[in-house]
Amino acid sequence: MSAFSAINDEEQEIDQDTFTPGIEPQATWCPGCGDFGVLKALKQAMPEVGRTPDETMLVTGIGCSGKLNSYFDCYGYHSIHGRSLPIARAAKLANPGLEVIAAGGDGDGYGIGGNHFMHTARENHDITYIVFNNEIFGLTKGQTSPTSPKGHKSKTQPSGSAKDPVRPLTLSLASGASYVARTAAVNPRQAKEVLKEAIEHDGFAHVDFLTQCPTWNKDAKEYVPYTDIQDDDEFDFDITDRREAADAMYEAESRLWEGEVLTGRFYHDTERPSYAEEKRSIGEAPEDSLAERYFDDDAEWGKSVEEIRQHHT
Amino acid sequence: MTQDTIAWRVSGGSGDGIDSTSRNYAKALMRSGLNIYTHRHYPSRIRGGHTYVEIRAGDEPVQSRGAGFDFLLCLGDSFARSEQEGAIYGNEELKPLTEQFDELHEGGIIVYDTGQFDEDDIAETELEERAEENNWHVYPVDLRGIAQEHGRAVMRNTAGLGVTAALLDQDVDMIEELIEENMSGDMRDANLEVLHSAYERALEFDESHDLVAPEGSHDEEHALLTGSDGIAYGALDAGCRFISGYPMTPWTDVFRIMSQKLPKYGGIAEQVEDEIASATLALGASHAGVKAMSGSAGGGFALMTEALGLAEMTETPVVYVEAMRAGPSTGLPTKTEQGDLEHVLYSSQGDSCRVVFAPANAEEAYEQSRQAFELAYDYHLPALVVYDQKLEGELRSVPVSHFDQEPAPDLGSTLTEEELRDAAHDASGKFERFQHSVEGAKEGVSPRSIPGQKGGRFLASGNESAPTGHISEDPVNRKNQMDRRLRKLTAIRGELDDGETNQTTAGPEDAEYGILTWGSTQDTVLEAVDQLNEEGHSVKAMGVSDLMPYPEAEVTEFLESVEECLVVEMNASAQFRGLTQKELGRFGDKMSSLLKYNGEPFRHNEIVEAFKDSIDGGQPAAQNVKFVPAAGD
Ligand SMILES: Cc1ncc(C[n+]2csc(CCOP(=O)(O)OP(=O)(O)O)c2C)c(N)n1
Ligand code: SF4
Repeated sequence: MSAFSAINDEEQEIDQDTFTPGIEPQATWCPGCGDFGVLKALKQAMPEVGRTPDETMLVTGIGCSGKLNSYFDCYGYHSIHGRSLPIARAAKLANPGLEVIAAGGDGDGYGIGGNHFMHTARENHDITYIVFNNEIFGLTKGQTSPTSPKGHKSKTQPSGSAKDPVRPLTLSLASGASYVARTAAVNPRQAKEVLKEAIEHDGFAHVDFLTQCPTWNKDAKEYVPYTDIQDDDEFDFDITDRREAADAMYEAESRLWEGEVLTGRFYHDTERPSYAEEKRSIGEAPEDSLAERYFDDDAEWGKSVEEIRQHHT
Repeated sequence: MTQDTIAWRVSGGSGDGIDSTSRNYAKALMRSGLNIYTHRHYPSRIRGGHTYVEIRAGDEPVQSRGAGFDFLLCLGDSFARSEQEGAIYGNEELKPLTEQFDELHEGGIIVYDTGQFDEDDIAETELEERAEENNWHVYPVDLRGIAQEHGRAVMRNTAGLGVTAALLDQDVDMIEELIEENMSGDMRDANLEVLHSAYERALEFDESHDLVAPEGSHDEEHALLTGSDGIAYGALDAGCRFISGYPMTPWTDVFRIMSQKLPKYGGIAEQVEDEIASATLALGASHAGVKAMSGSAGGGFALMTEALGLAEMTETPVVYVEAMRAGPSTGLPTKTEQGDLEHVLYSSQGDSCRVVFAPANAEEAYEQSRQAFELAYDYHLPALVVYDQKLEGELRSVPVSHFDQEPAPDLGSTLTEEELRDAAHDASGKFERFQHSVEGAKEGVSPRSIPGQKGGRFLASGNESAPTGHISEDPVNRKNQMDRRLRKLTAIRGELDDGETNQTTAGPEDAEYGILTWGSTQDTVLEAVDQLNEEGHSVKAMGVSDLMPYPEAEVTEFLESVEECLVVEMNASAQFRGLTQKELGRFGDKMSSLLKYNGEPFRHNEIVEAFKDSIDGGQPAAQNVKFVPAAGD
């Protein structure tokens, strides 16, 4: 029997309560926070994906967004600012059977963790990355973030930001992500569908999740109407085509800066092998789960003295 | 001149094959039954510049490079200039020859390649007069010509080895054997021809010198390994199957070796975007149940310290390697120093809760690399192996039997699903991973579960947390958790004290004076102590390899037993002496320091001289070192 019997355990019944911690977490999110929307969508998506809490690993960064790990019950790693992706990547490589999800804020993912974001997308690791994009630093009390609009005034940018915000979707696509979507806390039905698809996707799935921060970002787009880009006749594009997807993303990002919110699926490449598959195909990663081997009494453990005899004597 | 050891140096330009040539020759000498030590000197430059490797070989164990050398094979600096590109490096061409003069022993031999050097240029150097003064025997040979005649110009290294063997009255077969093993086809045939042709030619030389290679015999098979090999093989045998890294000299060597070996052992090696990623990847792999390591040199380690703290707080086992080079900042990229001691002990926020080893040599590097994994996974904390550019590159001959040890793939204090069923859970079925104390577990350790195990669900957090892992700011919990984590260090110290010691000693037990040192300087000090005692001084030495938790009892006993103690280390601010004083809380008036920080490791005779001078109360004469007296002196 496997040492990790929770993996692919079909007997356990799962509903969204399965992922709710039994102990009331310390209430750290403000009333009305968009982060609750992510939590809800994720709890709804998981049973549909069919994964149990014990086979799921959620890695978060720092920020209000990072607190997701207190509200969502599974194997969790609440790490440090911007570093959720490298931790998630390695966990998935070590045990491909795990469902690995990483989550963090826009400061966390597009600012301090920007380099990891680019490289994780480029390598196409089979993990899901949810970025809570509230266009502000929440936890440190309202400073300008990489997605804050140009001209945004904050305590650290009293005259208004002179910077153009980052374009997370375009950046993600250009870096190599094989699934890119944007959804929003105020659109729970779509949010659940998008998360489900992202988790099931075999490769790096990036979801830019628009959330509102009523405490620090009064301008957040909570009241504007959301348009689903797939339902809109104006946008008729092939989501498997990089170029068309790039155009749609560019358009959606530009319009967001002007106050119009376009969400939905932007890019989905089902052909590209995940990083682990690539590594396995060139013989640089084992076929089985590395982690499993430590519990396997019959596993063979190479001994370096053979190597030493061969190359050093 | 019969002697128990011989030191042979090959010099040339970086990229000239100096490394492989010397490796081959060292192997040949080892196979002939000698003990080997090599020292590598190279500039921070890809091609050209001047570089050398020195091999010291003897019948008795050789522990350091010794003082000076006997034989120079000077291959010339072929890549120093590119006239077409207009890149000409001043007057460096002669450096592979002229830079070596000061350390060549009296009666020594110089072989230089007339095919590479202009005789007129050489005439302008001090070669002739210095040779006369020192009774050097100089052999100009057209190594390049011989190589070209039978193969290609690059094979002049092989020609050099042929000449060496002839002049030292060695059996050329031992070099032939290595060429046959390492090469094939035309390359092999051509090299063999070059070798024999050079050998035959050199046999005809007028051999007025009386230098011969010492003879030795091993009663068991030996292997030639660097400190990096020691760390890498130790990690493999400890069950490490995941490494993540980013290149930086001198850490790159461990990373390279592991990256080449791991796939063969069914493991995974990852070169990633930066050291922040590399340090955190190792945590991710370890958390998911694989023995994992990462590492860097000082500059990269600075980026890794954030993850080091995370490992301490989340109690994620991991092994990090820190390969020191001269700092601060990028410092001297290819030169050695022991200047990162305080950096590895205390970097990252909060109180340090880590294990730090500083092995002395390749054998210890293997042992302590294994030990680092064992402690990291038994106690759930980061364990560091600290070494330096000296140990990274020095080749030592070690009996193979030393490495004939069983792999240790045990995941340490980790529960199986069966055990998890009986473990403590909260109301919702969450495993209480961070309990304040667990019966039957090692002191301070709360056994862990691995994601994917049924019933093992918990949260690991960089924030202080309650037993289930939920973030907690409760002061009582905080104190309990902190105390528990720190208790691990006390337990580890106890475990280390009960085992075979990692500290090495030398010299008579009742000696009057002491020399204390750490890390890669240990063996050089041991050799110095031998010499001092032979000369009639009364000295003993202790080399420390455990830095945290500090071997208090052992060092206290040592310091109490001597009247005065010289602390030898390669940095400018006496960091190890400071650590010793801090840990023991006394002996400030007994310890003086001998420091070297010019990028070069100590030679044992420098320590000998400085010891004599410092006992007389003076300042050491050598310009390369600094002496710092004891407090109150
Ligand atoms: C290395 C480091 N720098 C700074 C901080 C302080 N810090 C905590 S959260 C945060 C910003 C978080 O913003 P974002 O990622 O957008 O998340 P949000 O709180 O809005 O969900 C910062 C700067 C930190 N914890 N670590
Ligand atoms: S500060 Fe903003 S992002 Fe943070 S919990 Fe409150 S509303 Fe949410």
